[in-house]
Amino acid sequence: MPSFPATPPNPPYPRFLPLGDTALSVEFGDSISPELNAKVLALDAALAAAALDGIQETILSYRSLLVLYDPREMPYARLITALRGLASRPEQTEPPGRRHWTVPVVYDPPYGVDVPDVARRLDLAEEEVISLHAGADYRVYMVGFAPGMPYLGGLPERLHISRRDAPRPFVPEGSVLIGGMQTGIYPQRFPSGWHILGQTPLRPFDVERADPFMFRAGDRINFRRISVAEFDYLSGLPSEDMQPLARINS
Amino acid sequence: MIPSLLAIEPGPYVTLQDRGRSGFRRFGVSCSGVMDLASFHLANRLVGNAPDAPALEFAHVGGLYEVAADSCRIAVTGGTFALSCGDVTLAPWWSHTLRRRQQVKIAGAPDAVWGYLAVAGGFAVTPQLGSSATHLRSGLGGLGGRCVAAGDPLPLLAAIAPGQPERRAMPVARPNWPLRVVPGPQQDFFARDAVETFYRGSFRVTHRADRMGTWLDGPPIRHAAGFNIVSDGVVPGCIQIPGSGQPLVLLMDCQTTGGYPKIATMITADLARFAQTRPGGQVRFSPVSVEAAHHLYCSYQARIDGLGHLIEEWP
Repeated sequence: MPSFPATPPNPPYPRFLPLGDTALSVEFGDSISPELNAKVLALDAALAAAALDGIQETILSYRSLLVLYDPREMPYARLITALRGLASRPEQTEPPGRRHWTVPVVYDPPYGVDVPDVARRLDLAEEEVISLHAGADYRVYMVGFAPGMPYLGGLPERLHISRRDAPRPFVPEGSVLIGGMQTGIYPQRFPSGWHILGQTPLRPFDVERADPFMFRAGDRINFRRISVAEFDYLSGLPSEDMQPLARINS
Repeated sequence: MIPSLLAIEPGPYVTLQDRGRSGFRRFGVSCSGVMDLASFHLANRLVGNAPDAPALEFAHVGGLYEVAADSCRIAVTGGTFALSCGDVTLAPWWSHTLRRRQQVKIAGAPDAVWGYLAVAGGFAVTPQLGSSATHLRSGLGGLGGRCVAAGDPLPLLAAIAPGQPERRAMPVARPNWPLRVVPGPQQDFFARDAVETFYRGSFRVTHRADRMGTWLDGPPIRHAAGFNIVSDGVVPGCIQIPGSGQPLVLLMDCQTTGGYPKIATMITADLARFAQTRPGGQVRFSPVSVEAAHHLYCSYQARIDGLGHLIEEWP
Protein backbone atom coordinates (compact mmCIF):
# COMPACT_ATOMS: atom_id res chain seq x y z
CA MET A 1 0.00 0.00 0.00
CA PRO A 2 1.64 3.25 -1.03
CA SER A 3 1.58 6.13 1.38
CA PHE A 4 0.25 9.47 0.24
CA PRO A 5 1.82 12.73 1.25
CA ALA A 6 0.05 14.15 4.26
CA THR A 7 -0.78 17.84 4.08
CA PRO A 8 1.30 19.52 6.75
CA PRO A 9 -0.45 21.92 9.09
CA ASN A 10 -0.03 25.49 7.94
CA PRO A 11 3.06 27.01 9.51
CA PRO A 12 3.06 30.71 10.38
CA TYR A 13 3.98 33.19 7.66
CA PRO A 14 6.29 33.52 5.91
CA ARG A 15 5.69 30.05 4.46
CA PHE A 16 8.22 28.34 2.18
CA LEU A 17 6.49 26.18 -0.42
CA PRO A 18 8.31 24.22 -3.14
CA LEU A 19 7.09 24.22 -6.76
CA GLY A 20 8.91 21.14 -7.95
CA ASP A 21 12.70 21.01 -7.92
CA THR A 22 13.67 24.47 -9.21
CA ALA A 23 11.25 26.97 -7.65
CA LEU A 24 10.35 28.01 -4.11
CA SER A 25 7.47 30.28 -3.15
CA VAL A 26 7.80 32.55 -0.14
CA GLU A 27 4.27 33.41 0.99
CA PHE A 28 3.54 36.34 3.28
CA GLY A 29 -0.22 35.88 3.54
CA ASP A 30 -3.28 34.92 1.52
CA SER A 31 -4.95 38.25 0.83
CA ILE A 32 -4.45 41.32 -1.32
CA SER A 33 -3.08 44.32 0.51
CA PRO A 34 -0.37 46.94 -0.07
CA GLU A 35 1.33 45.82 3.17
CA LEU A 36 1.75 42.20 2.04
CA ASN A 37 2.80 43.28 -1.44
CA ALA A 38 5.41 45.60 0.09
CA LYS A 39 6.96 42.59 1.85
CA VAL A 40 7.19 40.78 -1.48
CA LEU A 41 8.94 43.78 -3.01
CA ALA A 42 11.28 44.14 -0.04
CA LEU A 43 12.32 40.47 -0.18
CA ASP A 44 12.87 40.68 -3.93
CA ALA A 45 15.10 43.74 -3.49
CA ALA A 46 17.02 42.13 -0.61
CA LEU A 47 17.52 38.94 -2.60
CA ALA A 48 18.83 40.87 -5.61
CA ALA A 49 21.22 42.80 -3.36
CA ALA A 50 22.46 39.58 -1.74
CA ALA A 51 23.48 38.29 -5.22
CA LEU A 52 23.47 34.63 -4.16
CA ASP A 53 24.85 31.95 -6.49
CA GLY A 54 22.26 29.76 -8.13
CA ILE A 55 19.35 32.23 -8.01
CA GLN A 56 18.05 32.55 -11.57
CA GLU A 57 15.06 34.86 -11.48
CA THR A 58 12.02 35.79 -9.43
CA ILE A 59 8.31 36.25 -10.08
CA LEU A 60 6.57 38.79 -7.86
CA SER A 61 2.88 38.40 -7.12
CA TYR A 62 0.29 39.89 -4.75
CA ARG A 63 1.40 38.11 -1.61
CA SER A 64 4.31 35.85 -2.54
CA LEU A 65 7.69 35.80 -4.20
CA LEU A 66 8.55 32.84 -6.42
CA VAL A 67 12.30 32.20 -6.45
CA LEU A 68 13.69 30.14 -9.36
CA TYR A 69 16.99 28.47 -8.56
CA ASP A 70 19.45 25.83 -9.73
CA PRO A 71 19.67 23.15 -7.02
CA ARG A 72 23.17 22.22 -8.20
CA GLU A 73 24.44 25.62 -7.13
CA MET A 74 22.05 26.40 -4.29
CA PRO A 75 21.23 23.58 -1.85
CA TYR A 76 17.63 23.66 -0.64
CA ALA A 77 18.43 24.01 3.06
CA ARG A 78 20.77 26.91 2.40
CA LEU A 79 18.18 28.59 0.16
CA ILE A 80 15.50 28.45 2.86
CA THR A 81 17.91 29.68 5.54
CA ALA A 82 18.98 32.59 3.32
CA LEU A 83 15.40 33.56 2.41
CA ARG A 84 14.22 33.25 6.01
CA GLY A 85 17.02 35.57 7.06
CA LEU A 86 16.21 38.12 4.36
CA ALA A 87 12.45 37.91 4.99
CA SER A 88 12.75 38.48 8.75
CA ARG A 89 14.73 41.69 8.51
CA PRO A 90 13.03 44.54 10.33
CA GLU A 91 12.90 46.83 7.27
CA GLN A 92 10.06 44.87 5.67
CA THR A 93 8.55 47.95 4.10
CA GLU A 94 8.24 49.44 0.69
CA PRO A 95 11.65 49.69 -0.97
CA PRO A 96 12.39 53.28 -2.00
CA GLY A 97 12.06 54.36 -5.60
CA ARG A 98 8.45 53.41 -6.36
CA ARG A 99 7.71 54.89 -9.72
CA HIS A 100 4.63 56.97 -10.41
CA TRP A 101 2.91 57.06 -13.78
CA THR A 102 0.06 59.10 -15.13
CA VAL A 103 -1.55 57.08 -17.87
CA PRO A 104 -3.47 59.10 -20.48
CA VAL A 105 -6.81 57.51 -21.38
CA VAL A 106 -9.43 58.53 -23.91
CA TYR A 107 -12.83 57.55 -22.50
CA ASP A 108 -14.88 59.14 -25.30
CA PRO A 109 -16.38 57.34 -28.28
CA PRO A 110 -15.36 55.43 -30.25
CA TYR A 111 -12.84 54.17 -27.65
CA GLY A 112 -14.79 53.78 -24.41
CA VAL A 113 -17.33 51.46 -26.01
CA ASP A 114 -18.68 50.01 -22.77
CA VAL A 115 -19.01 53.25 -20.77
CA PRO A 116 -22.77 53.63 -21.49
CA ASP A 117 -23.47 49.99 -20.60
CA VAL A 118 -21.36 50.14 -17.43
CA ALA A 119 -23.14 53.34 -16.38
CA ARG A 120 -26.53 51.69 -16.87
CA ARG A 121 -25.58 48.53 -15.00
CA LEU A 122 -24.06 50.41 -12.06
CA ASP A 123 -26.80 53.06 -12.02
CA LEU A 124 -24.29 55.88 -12.53
CA ALA A 125 -24.04 58.71 -15.00
CA GLU A 126 -21.49 58.13 -17.75
CA GLU A 127 -19.47 61.12 -16.47
CA GLU A 128 -19.46 59.57 -12.98
CA VAL A 129 -18.04 56.30 -14.32
CA ILE A 130 -15.25 58.22 -16.00
CA SER A 131 -14.47 60.54 -13.11
CA LEU A 132 -14.48 57.68 -10.59
CA HIS A 133 -12.08 55.65 -12.74
CA ALA A 134 -9.81 58.59 -13.58
CA GLY A 135 -9.88 59.97 -10.04
CA ALA A 136 -8.55 56.99 -8.08
CA ASP A 137 -5.01 55.98 -7.04
CA TYR A 138 -3.88 52.57 -8.27
CA ARG A 139 -1.08 50.25 -7.32
CA VAL A 140 0.63 47.76 -9.62
CA TYR A 141 0.58 44.64 -7.46
CA MET A 142 2.22 42.43 -10.03
CA VAL A 143 2.96 42.04 -13.73
CA GLY A 144 1.81 38.79 -15.28
CA PHE A 145 -0.60 36.94 -17.58
CA ALA A 146 1.07 38.56 -20.59
CA PRO A 147 4.23 40.60 -21.18
CA GLY A 148 3.99 43.93 -19.36
CA MET A 149 0.41 43.44 -18.16
CA PRO A 150 -0.12 45.17 -14.80
CA TYR A 151 -2.50 43.80 -12.15
CA LEU A 152 -3.90 46.98 -10.64
CA GLY A 153 -5.52 47.42 -7.23
CA GLY A 154 -7.48 50.44 -6.10
CA LEU A 155 -10.61 50.40 -8.26
CA PRO A 156 -13.34 52.35 -6.40
CA GLU A 157 -16.01 50.04 -5.01
CA ARG A 158 -18.75 51.75 -7.01
CA LEU A 159 -17.06 50.50 -10.18
CA HIS A 160 -16.94 46.84 -9.12
CA ILE A 161 -18.86 44.96 -11.78
CA SER A 162 -19.37 41.39 -12.95
CA ARG A 163 -17.89 40.32 -16.26
CA ARG A 164 -19.60 40.67 -19.60
CA ASP A 165 -21.97 37.85 -20.48
CA ALA A 166 -20.15 37.28 -23.76
CA PRO A 167 -16.36 37.71 -23.72
CA ARG A 168 -14.91 39.48 -26.74
CA PRO A 169 -12.60 37.37 -28.94
CA PHE A 170 -10.12 40.21 -28.66
CA VAL A 171 -9.78 43.74 -27.37
CA PRO A 172 -7.30 46.20 -28.94
CA GLU A 173 -3.83 46.85 -27.56
CA GLY A 174 -3.95 49.63 -24.98
CA SER A 175 -7.52 48.91 -23.87
CA VAL A 176 -8.32 50.10 -20.35
CA LEU A 177 -10.88 47.78 -18.81
CA ILE A 178 -12.73 46.94 -15.60
CA GLY A 179 -13.93 43.56 -14.39
CA GLY A 180 -14.73 42.29 -10.91
CA MET A 181 -12.79 44.41 -8.43
CA GLN A 182 -10.00 45.08 -10.89
CA THR A 183 -8.97 47.43 -13.63
CA GLY A 184 -6.39 46.62 -16.26
CA ILE A 185 -4.40 47.92 -19.20
CA TYR A 186 -4.01 45.38 -22.00
CA PRO A 187 -0.53 45.48 -23.53
CA GLN A 188 -1.52 43.29 -26.48
CA ARG A 189 -4.58 42.12 -28.38
CA PHE A 190 -6.23 39.52 -26.18
CA PRO A 191 -9.61 37.94 -25.59
CA SER A 192 -11.38 39.51 -22.62
CA GLY A 193 -14.61 39.36 -20.68
CA TRP A 194 -14.00 42.73 -19.06
CA HIS A 195 -15.65 46.04 -19.94
CA ILE A 196 -13.75 48.53 -22.11
CA LEU A 197 -13.75 52.00 -20.52
CA GLY A 198 -11.20 53.55 -22.85
CA GLN A 199 -7.86 53.30 -24.53
CA THR A 200 -4.36 54.58 -23.79
CA PRO A 201 -1.82 55.50 -26.46
CA LEU A 202 0.92 54.23 -24.11
CA ARG A 203 2.47 50.89 -24.90
CA PRO A 204 3.00 48.93 -21.67
CA PHE A 205 5.02 46.39 -23.71
CA ASP A 206 7.17 47.21 -26.71
CA VAL A 207 9.90 44.70 -27.41
CA GLU A 208 11.75 47.20 -29.62
CA ARG A 209 11.93 49.87 -26.88
CA ALA A 210 15.12 50.21 -24.80
CA ASP A 211 13.01 49.37 -21.74
CA PRO A 212 10.36 47.02 -23.15
CA PHE A 213 8.29 46.83 -19.94
CA MET A 214 6.76 50.00 -18.64
CA PHE A 215 5.35 48.88 -15.32
CA ARG A 216 6.89 47.13 -12.32
CA ALA A 217 5.28 45.66 -9.25
CA GLY A 218 4.92 48.47 -6.71
CA ASP A 219 4.47 51.29 -9.24
CA ARG A 220 1.74 53.90 -8.65
CA ILE A 221 -0.65 54.73 -11.46
CA ASN A 222 -3.18 57.49 -12.03
CA PHE A 223 -5.29 57.75 -15.14
CA ARG A 224 -5.66 61.12 -16.89
CA ARG A 225 -8.59 61.79 -19.15
CA ILE A 226 -7.57 62.97 -22.60
CA SER A 227 -9.48 64.02 -25.70
CA VAL A 228 -9.64 62.09 -28.95
CA ALA A 229 -7.41 64.79 -30.48
CA GLU A 230 -4.74 64.30 -27.79
CA PHE A 231 -5.00 60.54 -28.16
CA ASP A 232 -4.39 60.87 -31.89
CA TYR A 233 -1.39 63.15 -31.28
CA LEU A 234 0.18 60.89 -28.63
CA SER A 235 -0.46 57.78 -30.72
CA GLY A 236 1.74 59.28 -33.43
CA LEU A 237 4.75 59.65 -31.09
CA PRO A 238 7.45 56.99 -31.02
CA SER A 239 6.93 54.76 -28.02
CA GLU A 240 10.46 55.71 -26.82
CA ASP A 241 9.34 59.38 -26.53
CA MET A 242 5.95 58.71 -25.00
CA GLN A 243 7.18 56.77 -22.00
CA PRO A 244 8.95 59.72 -20.24
CA LEU A 245 5.87 61.91 -20.75
CA ALA A 246 3.88 59.59 -18.52
CA ARG A 247 6.44 59.41 -15.74
CA ILE A 248 5.74 61.73 -12.79
CA ASN A 249 8.81 61.09 -10.65
CA SER A 250 12.23 59.87 -11.73
CA MET B 1 20.12 34.11 -52.66
CA ILE B 2 20.19 33.54 -48.94
CA PRO B 3 20.53 29.81 -48.31
CA SER B 4 17.39 28.45 -46.76
CA LEU B 5 15.25 25.49 -45.99
CA LEU B 6 11.94 26.17 -47.71
CA ALA B 7 8.77 25.17 -45.87
CA ILE B 8 6.68 23.62 -48.67
CA GLU B 9 3.94 22.16 -46.51
CA PRO B 10 4.80 22.47 -42.82
CA GLY B 11 2.86 20.66 -40.11
CA PRO B 12 0.15 22.64 -38.27
CA TYR B 13 2.23 23.44 -35.18
CA VAL B 14 5.84 24.07 -36.16
CA THR B 15 7.86 26.71 -34.30
CA LEU B 16 11.48 27.68 -33.86
CA GLN B 17 12.65 26.91 -30.33
CA ASP B 18 15.77 26.96 -28.20
CA ARG B 19 16.34 26.65 -24.44
CA GLY B 20 13.89 29.49 -23.81
CA ARG B 21 13.95 32.94 -22.22
CA SER B 22 15.16 33.66 -18.75
CA GLY B 23 15.09 36.79 -16.65
CA PHE B 24 11.83 38.26 -17.95
CA ARG B 25 9.23 36.19 -16.14
CA ARG B 26 8.86 39.00 -13.59
CA PHE B 27 7.47 41.06 -16.49
CA GLY B 28 5.00 38.42 -17.58
CA VAL B 29 7.15 36.88 -20.32
CA SER B 30 6.86 33.08 -20.45
CA CYS B 31 10.06 31.07 -20.61
CA SER B 32 8.99 29.00 -23.67
CA GLY B 33 11.72 26.77 -25.12
CA VAL B 34 11.77 23.12 -26.17
CA MET B 35 9.41 20.54 -24.69
CA ASP B 36 11.98 17.72 -24.88
CA LEU B 37 15.46 19.00 -24.07
CA ALA B 38 17.32 15.71 -24.61
CA SER B 39 15.87 15.16 -28.09
CA PHE B 40 16.57 18.79 -29.03
CA HIS B 41 20.18 18.52 -27.88
CA LEU B 42 20.67 15.27 -29.76
CA ALA B 43 19.29 16.77 -32.99
CA ASN B 44 21.81 19.59 -32.75
CA ARG B 45 24.70 17.31 -31.81
CA LEU B 46 23.90 14.99 -34.73
CA VAL B 47 24.50 17.82 -37.19
CA GLY B 48 27.53 19.16 -35.34
CA ASN B 49 25.88 22.23 -33.79
CA ALA B 50 26.19 23.63 -30.30
CA PRO B 51 23.47 21.76 -28.33
CA ASP B 52 21.34 24.88 -27.73
CA ALA B 53 21.21 26.18 -31.33
CA PRO B 54 17.66 27.08 -32.44
CA ALA B 55 15.86 24.19 -34.15
CA LEU B 56 12.38 23.52 -35.51
CA GLU B 57 9.98 21.87 -33.10
CA PHE B 58 6.84 20.24 -34.44
CA ALA B 59 3.86 18.48 -32.91
CA HIS B 60 2.85 15.10 -34.38
CA VAL B 61 3.77 15.93 -38.01
CA GLY B 62 6.78 17.84 -39.31
CA GLY B 63 5.72 18.42 -42.91
CA LEU B 64 7.56 18.85 -46.19
CA TYR B 65 10.71 20.98 -46.62
CA GLU B 66 13.00 21.68 -49.59
CA VAL B 67 16.69 22.51 -49.56
CA ALA B 68 17.33 25.92 -51.11
CA ALA B 69 21.09 25.86 -50.51
CA ASP B 70 24.01 24.02 -52.11
CA SER B 71 23.47 21.24 -49.59
CA CYS B 72 22.16 20.87 -46.08
CA ARG B 73 22.73 18.36 -43.30
CA ILE B 74 19.66 17.64 -41.20
CA ALA B 75 18.64 15.41 -38.31
CA VAL B 76 15.18 14.61 -36.92
CA THR B 77 14.77 13.39 -33.33
CA GLY B 78 12.09 13.15 -30.67
CA GLY B 79 10.55 9.85 -31.72
CA THR B 80 10.37 7.26 -34.47
CA PHE B 81 9.14 9.79 -37.02
CA ALA B 82 8.50 8.47 -40.54
CA LEU B 83 11.07 10.33 -42.60
CA SER B 84 11.65 10.25 -46.33
CA CYS B 85 13.40 11.98 -49.20
CA GLY B 86 11.48 11.17 -52.35
CA ASP B 87 11.16 7.38 -52.41
CA VAL B 88 14.03 6.88 -50.01
CA THR B 89 13.25 6.23 -46.36
CA LEU B 90 15.54 8.05 -43.96
CA ALA B 91 16.18 7.10 -40.35
CA PRO B 92 15.25 9.40 -37.49
CA TRP B 93 18.02 9.92 -34.90
CA TRP B 94 20.54 9.91 -37.81
CA SER B 95 22.03 12.81 -39.73
CA HIS B 96 21.47 13.02 -43.47
CA THR B 97 22.87 15.31 -46.13
CA LEU B 98 20.48 16.59 -48.80
CA ARG B 99 21.35 18.38 -52.04
CA ARG B 100 19.71 21.47 -53.49
CA ARG B 101 16.03 20.97 -54.36
CA GLN B 102 15.80 17.66 -52.53
CA GLN B 103 12.81 17.46 -50.24
CA VAL B 104 12.46 15.86 -46.83
CA LYS B 105 9.05 14.74 -45.60
CA ILE B 106 8.46 14.24 -41.88
CA ALA B 107 5.28 12.32 -41.04
CA GLY B 108 4.07 11.02 -37.68
CA ALA B 109 5.63 8.88 -34.97
CA PRO B 110 3.90 6.13 -32.97
CA ASP B 111 5.93 6.90 -29.85
CA ALA B 112 6.12 10.69 -29.57
CA VAL B 113 4.33 14.01 -29.86
CA TRP B 114 7.20 16.49 -30.21
CA GLY B 115 9.86 16.21 -32.89
CA TYR B 116 12.94 18.28 -33.68
CA LEU B 117 14.53 19.18 -37.00
CA ALA B 118 18.04 20.59 -36.68
CA VAL B 119 20.19 21.84 -39.57
CA ALA B 120 23.98 21.96 -39.63
CA GLY B 121 25.13 25.52 -38.93
CA GLY B 122 21.73 26.43 -37.51
CA PHE B 123 18.95 28.80 -38.55
CA ALA B 124 19.72 32.50 -39.02
CA VAL B 125 17.24 34.15 -36.65
CA THR B 126 17.53 37.22 -34.47
CA PRO B 127 16.82 36.53 -30.80
CA GLN B 128 14.24 38.61 -28.94
CA LEU B 129 14.70 39.17 -25.22
CA GLY B 130 17.69 36.88 -25.28
CA SER B 131 16.14 33.88 -27.03
CA SER B 132 14.94 32.65 -30.41
CA ALA B 133 12.18 30.59 -28.80
CA THR B 134 8.75 31.31 -30.28
CA HIS B 135 5.99 32.30 -27.85
CA LEU B 136 2.86 32.30 -29.97
CA ARG B 137 0.52 34.01 -27.56
CA SER B 138 2.70 37.09 -27.16
CA GLY B 139 4.14 36.96 -30.67
CA LEU B 140 7.75 36.77 -29.51
CA GLY B 141 10.80 35.08 -31.03
CA GLY B 142 11.22 32.65 -33.91
CA LEU B 143 9.71 33.77 -37.20
CA GLY B 144 7.81 36.90 -36.22
CA GLY B 145 6.43 35.13 -33.15
CA ARG B 146 4.30 32.76 -35.22
CA CYS B 147 4.17 29.20 -36.52
CA VAL B 148 6.08 28.26 -39.66
CA ALA B 149 3.76 28.69 -42.67
CA ALA B 150 3.80 27.30 -46.20
CA GLY B 151 6.22 29.24 -48.36
CA ASP B 152 8.41 30.44 -45.48
CA PRO B 153 12.10 30.34 -46.32
CA LEU B 154 13.90 29.33 -43.11
CA PRO B 155 17.26 31.11 -43.49
CA LEU B 156 20.34 28.95 -42.92
CA LEU B 157 23.68 30.11 -41.56
CA ALA B 158 25.58 27.55 -43.68
CA ALA B 159 25.20 27.36 -47.48
CA ILE B 160 26.83 23.94 -47.67
CA ALA B 161 26.78 20.80 -45.54
CA PRO B 162 29.87 19.99 -43.46
CA GLY B 163 32.37 17.45 -44.77
CA GLN B 164 32.53 15.33 -41.64
CA PRO B 165 31.02 11.83 -41.55
CA GLU B 166 27.33 11.41 -40.79
CA ARG B 167 26.29 10.59 -37.22
CA ARG B 168 23.65 8.46 -35.58
CA ALA B 169 22.32 8.39 -32.05
CA MET B 170 20.60 5.99 -29.70
CA PRO B 171 17.01 7.18 -29.24
CA VAL B 172 16.23 8.71 -25.87
CA ALA B 173 14.73 6.09 -23.55
CA ARG B 174 11.33 6.90 -22.00
CA PRO B 175 10.43 4.37 -19.32
CA ASN B 176 6.76 4.13 -18.48
CA TRP B 177 7.18 4.84 -14.76
CA PRO B 178 4.78 7.04 -12.85
CA LEU B 179 5.55 10.74 -13.23
CA ARG B 180 7.30 12.04 -10.17
CA VAL B 181 5.93 15.15 -8.54
CA VAL B 182 6.72 17.28 -5.50
CA PRO B 183 3.46 17.80 -3.55
CA GLY B 184 2.16 21.37 -3.35
CA PRO B 185 2.41 24.30 -3.21
CA GLN B 186 -1.39 24.24 -2.64
CA GLN B 187 -2.07 20.66 -1.57
CA ASP B 188 -3.85 22.18 1.44
CA PHE B 189 -6.71 23.22 -0.90
CA PHE B 190 -7.64 19.54 -1.18
CA ALA B 191 -9.07 17.11 1.35
CA ARG B 192 -7.12 13.95 2.13
CA ASP B 193 -9.32 11.72 -0.06
CA ALA B 194 -8.80 14.08 -3.02
CA VAL B 195 -5.05 13.85 -2.57
CA GLU B 196 -5.39 10.05 -2.49
CA THR B 197 -7.44 10.14 -5.69
CA PHE B 198 -4.71 12.15 -7.35
CA TYR B 199 -1.95 9.69 -6.44
CA ARG B 200 -3.98 6.51 -6.83
CA GLY B 201 -5.80 7.41 -10.04
CA SER B 202 -4.81 6.95 -13.65
CA PHE B 203 -5.27 9.94 -15.97
CA ARG B 204 -5.73 9.98 -19.70
CA VAL B 205 -3.82 12.51 -21.80
CA THR B 206 -6.41 14.41 -23.87
CA HIS B 207 -6.25 16.20 -27.22
CA ARG B 208 -6.59 19.51 -25.40
CA ALA B 209 -2.85 19.97 -25.43
CA ASP B 210 -0.50 22.62 -26.73
CA ARG B 211 2.75 24.26 -25.72
CA MET B 212 0.99 26.02 -22.81
CA GLY B 213 -0.30 22.88 -21.15
CA THR B 214 -2.05 19.52 -21.37
CA TRP B 215 -5.46 18.69 -19.92
CA LEU B 216 -5.90 15.28 -18.33
CA ASP B 217 -9.06 13.26 -17.93
CA GLY B 218 -9.59 11.07 -14.89
CA PRO B 219 -11.31 10.81 -11.53
CA PRO B 220 -12.24 14.38 -10.51
CA ILE B 221 -10.06 15.93 -7.82
CA ARG B 222 -12.39 17.78 -5.47
CA HIS B 223 -11.35 20.98 -3.73
CA ALA B 224 -11.86 21.22 0.01
CA ALA B 225 -13.12 24.80 -0.20
CA GLY B 226 -13.13 26.83 -3.37
CA PHE B 227 -10.83 26.77 -6.34
CA ASN B 228 -9.67 30.36 -6.56
CA ILE B 229 -6.41 31.38 -4.99
CA VAL B 230 -4.82 34.80 -4.95
CA SER B 231 -2.87 34.63 -8.23
CA ASP B 232 0.76 33.69 -7.75
CA GLY B 233 3.78 32.55 -9.76
CA VAL B 234 3.72 29.28 -11.70
CA VAL B 235 6.34 27.25 -13.59
CA PRO B 236 6.19 24.50 -16.23
CA GLY B 237 5.31 21.26 -14.45
CA CYS B 238 2.74 22.82 -12.12
CA ILE B 239 -0.43 20.71 -11.98
CA GLN B 240 -3.39 23.04 -11.64
CA ILE B 241 -6.82 21.80 -10.60
CA PRO B 242 -9.50 24.23 -11.81
CA GLY B 243 -13.20 24.03 -10.93
CA SER B 244 -13.83 21.01 -13.18
CA GLY B 245 -11.55 18.89 -10.99
CA GLN B 246 -9.60 17.75 -14.06
CA PRO B 247 -5.84 18.40 -13.94
CA LEU B 248 -4.06 20.82 -16.25
CA VAL B 249 -0.31 20.23 -16.44
CA LEU B 250 1.44 23.47 -17.34
CA LEU B 251 4.18 23.26 -19.97
CA MET B 252 6.84 25.51 -21.48
CA ASP B 253 4.60 28.30 -22.87
CA CYS B 254 2.54 28.60 -19.67
CA GLN B 255 1.81 32.02 -18.27
CA THR B 256 3.99 33.32 -15.45
CA THR B 257 1.17 33.60 -12.92
CA GLY B 258 -2.06 31.72 -12.31
CA GLY B 259 -5.08 31.64 -10.04
CA TYR B 260 -5.89 27.94 -9.66
CA PRO B 261 -4.58 25.76 -6.83
CA LYS B 262 -1.58 23.61 -7.74
CA ILE B 263 -1.85 20.21 -6.10
CA ALA B 264 1.68 19.22 -7.12
CA THR B 265 4.54 20.10 -9.46
CA MET B 266 6.25 17.63 -11.78
CA ILE B 267 10.01 17.26 -11.49
CA THR B 268 12.16 18.63 -14.30
CA ALA B 269 13.48 15.19 -15.28
CA ASP B 270 9.98 13.88 -16.07
CA LEU B 271 8.57 16.87 -18.00
CA ALA B 272 9.71 15.70 -21.44
CA ARG B 273 8.52 12.14 -20.79
CA PHE B 274 5.09 13.55 -19.93
CA ALA B 275 5.00 15.97 -22.87
CA GLN B 276 5.86 13.12 -25.25
CA THR B 277 2.90 11.01 -24.07
CA ARG B 278 0.45 10.81 -26.92
CA PRO B 279 -3.26 11.64 -26.54
CA GLY B 280 -5.05 8.61 -25.14
CA GLY B 281 -2.01 7.55 -23.12
CA GLN B 282 -2.42 6.96 -19.39
CA VAL B 283 -0.27 8.60 -16.74
CA ARG B 284 0.07 8.24 -12.98
CA PHE B 285 1.71 10.44 -10.39
CA SER B 286 4.09 9.47 -7.64
CA PRO B 287 5.09 11.87 -4.83
CA VAL B 288 8.75 12.53 -4.04
CA SER B 289 10.39 14.83 -1.50
CA VAL B 290 12.18 18.00 -2.61
CA GLU B 291 15.46 16.38 -1.56
CA ALA B 292 14.81 13.32 -3.71
CA ALA B 293 13.74 15.57 -6.59
CA HIS B 294 17.06 17.41 -6.33
CA HIS B 295 19.03 14.15 -6.60
CA LEU B 296 16.96 13.28 -9.68
CA TYR B 297 17.54 16.79 -11.08
CA CYS B 298 21.31 16.44 -10.75
CA SER B 299 21.41 13.05 -12.44
CA TYR B 300 19.07 14.35 -15.18
CA GLN B 301 21.38 17.29 -15.90
CA ALA B 302 24.37 14.94 -15.93
CA ARG B 303 22.53 12.77 -18.49
CA ILE B 304 21.82 15.85 -20.63
CA ASP B 305 25.48 16.92 -20.44
CA GLY B 306 26.57 13.39 -21.40
CA LEU B 307 24.27 12.94 -24.40
CA GLY B 308 27.30 13.05 -26.68
CA HIS B 309 28.01 9.46 -25.62
CA LEU B 310 24.85 8.32 -27.39
CA ILE B 311 26.26 9.47 -30.73
CA GLU B 312 28.60 7.65 -33.12
CA GLU B 313 29.84 8.33 -36.59
CA TRP B 314 28.91 6.11 -39.53
CA PRO B 315 29.52 4.33 -41.81
